[in-house]
Amino acid sequence: MTALRAGQGDDDVLTVGGLVNLNGAAVRFDASGVLHWPEERLLVVADLHLEKGSSQGKRGRFVPPYDTRATLRALSEAIGRLRPARVIALGDSFHDGGAEGRLAPADLDSLAVLVGAVDWTWVAGNHDPLPPAGLGGTPVTEIAIGPLVFRHEPRSGRAVGEVAGHLHPAAKVGRARSVRRRAFVSDGSRCLLPAFGAYTGGLNIMDAAFKGLFERSRLIAWMLSDGRVYPVRSAELLPD
Amino acid sequence: MIETNLLPPKFEAWFASRGWRPRAHQLALLEHGLAGRSVLLIAPTGAGKTLAGFLPSLVDLAARPKWKPGTRRRGVHTLYVSPLKALAVDIERNLETPVQGIGLDVAIETRTGDTSASRRQRQKLIPPDILLTTPEQLALLLAGRDAETFFEDVKTVILDELHALVTSKRGDLLALGLSRLRAIAPDIRAVGLSATVADPDELRAWLVPQAPREPLALSEIVTVTGGARPDIRIFEADEAIPWAGHSARYAYQGLLAEIDRHRMTLIFVNTRSQAEMVFSELWRLNDDNLPIALHHGSLDVGQRRKVEAAMADGRLRAVVATSTLDLGIDWGDIDLVIHVGAPKGASRLAQRVGRANHRMDEPSTALLVPANRFEVLECQAALDANYIGAQDTPPIRDGALDVLAQHVLGRAVAGPFRADDLHAEIVSAYSYRHLDRQQFDRVVDLVATGGYALRAYERYAKIKLTADGTWRLTHPRFAQAYRLNVGTIIESPMLKVRLGGKARGRGPVMGGRLLGEVEEYFCEQMKVGDTFLFAGEVLRFEGMRETEVVVSRARSSDPRIPVYAGGKFPLSTFLAAGVRKMLSDPSSWQRLPAPVRDWLMLQRDHSLLPQPDELLVETFPHRGRYFLVLYPFEGRLAHQTLGMLLTRRLERFGFKPLGFIATDYVIAVWCSSDVGGAIARRDLTLSRLLEPDMLGDDLEAWMAESYLLKRMFKACAMIAGLVEKNAIGAQKTGRQVTVSTDLIYDVLREHQPGHILLEAAWADASSGLLDLKRLSDMLSRISGRIVHKRLDRISPLAVPIMLEIGGERVAGEADEDVLRAAADDIIREAMA
Repeated sequence: MTALRAGQGDDDVLTVGGLVNLNGAAVRFDASGVLHWPEERLLVVADLHLEKGSSQGKRGRFVPPYDTRATLRALSEAIGRLRPARVIALGDSFHDGGAEGRLAPADLDSLAVLVGAVDWTWVAGNHDPLPPAGLGGTPVTEIAIGPLVFRHEPRSGRAVGEVAGHLHPAAKVGRARSVRRRAFVSDGSRCLLPAFGAYTGGLNIMDAAFKGLFERSRLIAWMLSDGRVYPVRSAELLPD
Repeated sequence: MIETNLLPPKFEAWFASRGWRPRAHQLALLEHGLAGRSVLLIAPTGAGKTLAGFLPSLVDLAARPKWKPGTRRRGVHTLYVSPLKALAVDIERNLETPVQGIGLDVAIETRTGDTSASRRQRQKLIPPDILLTTPEQLALLLAGRDAETFFEDVKTVILDELHALVTSKRGDLLALGLSRLRAIAPDIRAVGLSATVADPDELRAWLVPQAPREPLALSEIVTVTGGARPDIRIFEADEAIPWAGHSARYAYQGLLAEIDRHRMTLIFVNTRSQAEMVFSELWRLNDDNLPIALHHGSLDVGQRRKVEAAMADGRLRAVVATSTLDLGIDWGDIDLVIHVGAPKGASRLAQRVGRANHRMDEPSTALLVPANRFEVLECQAALDANYIGAQDTPPIRDGALDVLAQHVLGRAVAGPFRADDLHAEIVSAYSYRHLDRQQFDRVVDLVATGGYALRAYERYAKIKLTADGTWRLTHPRFAQAYRLNVGTIIESPMLKVRLGGKARGRGPVMGGRLLGEVEEYFCEQMKVGDTFLFAGEVLRFEGMRETEVVVSRARSSDPRIPVYAGGKFPLSTFLAAGVRKMLSDPSSWQRLPAPVRDWLMLQRDHSLLPQPDELLVETFPHRGRYFLVLYPFEGRLAHQTLGMLLTRRLERFGFKPLGFIATDYVIAVWCSSDVGGAIARRDLTLSRLLEPDMLGDDLEAWMAESYLLKRMFKACAMIAGLVEKNAIGAQKTGRQVTVSTDLIYDVLREHQPGHILLEAAWADASSGLLDLKRLSDMLSRISGRIVHKRLDRISPLAVPIMLEIGGERVAGEADEDVLRAAADDIIREAMA
């Protein structure tokens, strides 16, 4: 695969076809928030947090219990469009241990349809250390494919080829008025995925939790807004 | 007609000792009071409204035998509710004089958010005879388990500044509180104290319980007319009046001279930032060091109290103030009121001018200072209105459903209730008289489990219908949550501003004095080193520490961060009509300053001036763009809505609108294709562009993606208790445990668009932020009466709005622009 020199100097962010070079793998940061690796027919989605809405109920916060439905609809749209053979759910797919049991029957059905249609992998997350009981799919703690390794929580320090979730990255830009959006964050060597769930918030990439994970000079936040992706270099990023 | 011997000798003697005679309206209120009738008192400021309101209670209490130890403690006799804490404190002070003078043994206490826990406790054990409080505190008291014993002896409820309360959600909260009070003490009588209003019968109906399917019941009414005609002038400077802007800088030198000529001047402005600016500019010119102070709601309470005390002592020569000093408060010996900027409504003007010379028989003196040329017209219209006593208070709308939800939870906190009883109680309130049973049940369901078609929260229900047919609270923690979140005032989160040191090393140095509070969004845009005006000083932003903004004193006198200085109140319908009439009638122009007169004459010669019920639309090219300028004079909110809808329609018709701007008077839209030419060629007709049907589908489509509705929804969700006010904004970690209301809104709109809170948010947006009623009235008014003038350059009347055009863009595009600017072009190009 020929690397395309897209920027000045030694920036080799992009590969042929506008795909992003991630440790030698040619991937796409899809505007829906999933990572797509066409060569492997692989789709990766992080932090679905299914049934986060209903988890609030115990405390008397009756937020609309439709987040699972919204999340699954968006995911099924992405799968239908990108037609992967394999899906990796990168952990925290369920908001808590009881989440699977709280799924509305219709939501359970649509999730089962999604899982059954492809080679589905459940990566364990801190919210869902145990795999779902009755949905099929292969549970793993992490999984390596080619130059990439997929796990829920990023290792501290540099981790070449790591694709992770957990931190819910978001980026903020703009001087006179600021705009904050979910984002993929990558330095070409490792990548963190934005949280996909309908009720998941975002943590600013400038937060201390991201410290030491990336080579800042090569860091790009791929901000998601309104069906588009905006690559933003680290010099433009603002803290909250 | 009025029996003077109603007044006990002790009272008569006190009046006589002061050289006073009770006024007719005070005796009229006494008569109604002793007969147990509810009554509305409408009187101008300075008429002795407060004493009139309390007199029946004082007379009744004077006759009440002394409480003997060992007997049952008596509850509160008279409850006084005011919209402002400060007003309650002020009334307590003002009542001391008659109570001590007459020699009454009457306990008067306040209960506000500032009252200490120990004092609250004591008040519950030993209730005062007269309790002065706010709508929120009343709701809290009513939700107490002991509410029934605390309130069972109440005879009178006095509602001060009723005209200001009833048109807000706080008014809804109060209406519901009153309905509850009536259920506890059925013979209660209500006394409403109000400034003059457009429709007194609405307030009369508001004060008394309503029965279903019966004609409206009305309270008694006592109206005090007259008072000396105020002496109001429009400020005239030697310098030219600016075309646009809100600073009124041209007038400051002249204003200082006015302050110098009077004992004590009150300077009103429309916004906090305007107050800051006027204050600092006056001090810059204040060579004689006249004592001038600043008073607005964001300042620290201690600082505000100091200013108030200094006013009362006559130690100040002028105070610059916003609406925090707007209502009934009566301090010091003010002999001049200056209003900077246009007053936006005739009632508002009357209220503010009432501050000067707080004695009814002397004329108030006031000076209006228009900040730009359109404001000159508005000030003149306001002046005309004040003389003819016109009123423009908005009508009372149906009670809000989110407030009702809060009340239902509060009712359950107080103890078990039956739905039938509560519904009957609620519809006795005037503003909830249209609430049908089905809607009420939806609200109960909302409180119980969130009101979702998908019954996900049954097992977590806050209230449950039990076997005995009553609804009961399921867990005491919901009572606690209710107490923490009571009220309807949802401000954007406020941050404390603290004086600290310059940022060194890792962060700002802490430990200084508290200066006040600012809205969170104001700080969002700031970087360390930015300077801004606050508390009368130029401050340097040093950083954030948790919920505090740390600042230092800046050496420069020139703040870097400009603040929006427009009014937050839109131009009232009444004044708008006045302005339109003035434009069309050259004979009225002689009252206007010469530059403004010349300006209108130029407009007449170069373009045209519309008749009062016409809409003038001008089109002209300017710097490569094609402008469409409309002059509806319907207020900023209605104009903003119309601007959004117009750009959507122009887009659809293929005229490529690039942006628009709206003021209280004018809307300007600019396009990249020649919209004027298209109208001239009849490719586009203005009647089609401005069809009333634009309030249908276009509005729906726009609202759906608009952030306005999200903001409304957030407030409704908090008031209704769906999310907790005090939990919002507390989390800084981003991966919040709580879910943001924006995300909730998106999901709910998609999956249950008929949800009751979306309905509530829509109702709020259409009446408050969008001014839909006004817009639709306008569209039908101008139908068939649109006059188009195609020009080859800017018209005189368009100059002000052309000067205002800044960074405004077509809705929704702005965010994407920010992202586009920040994004790396080269990568983007390669990806495309």
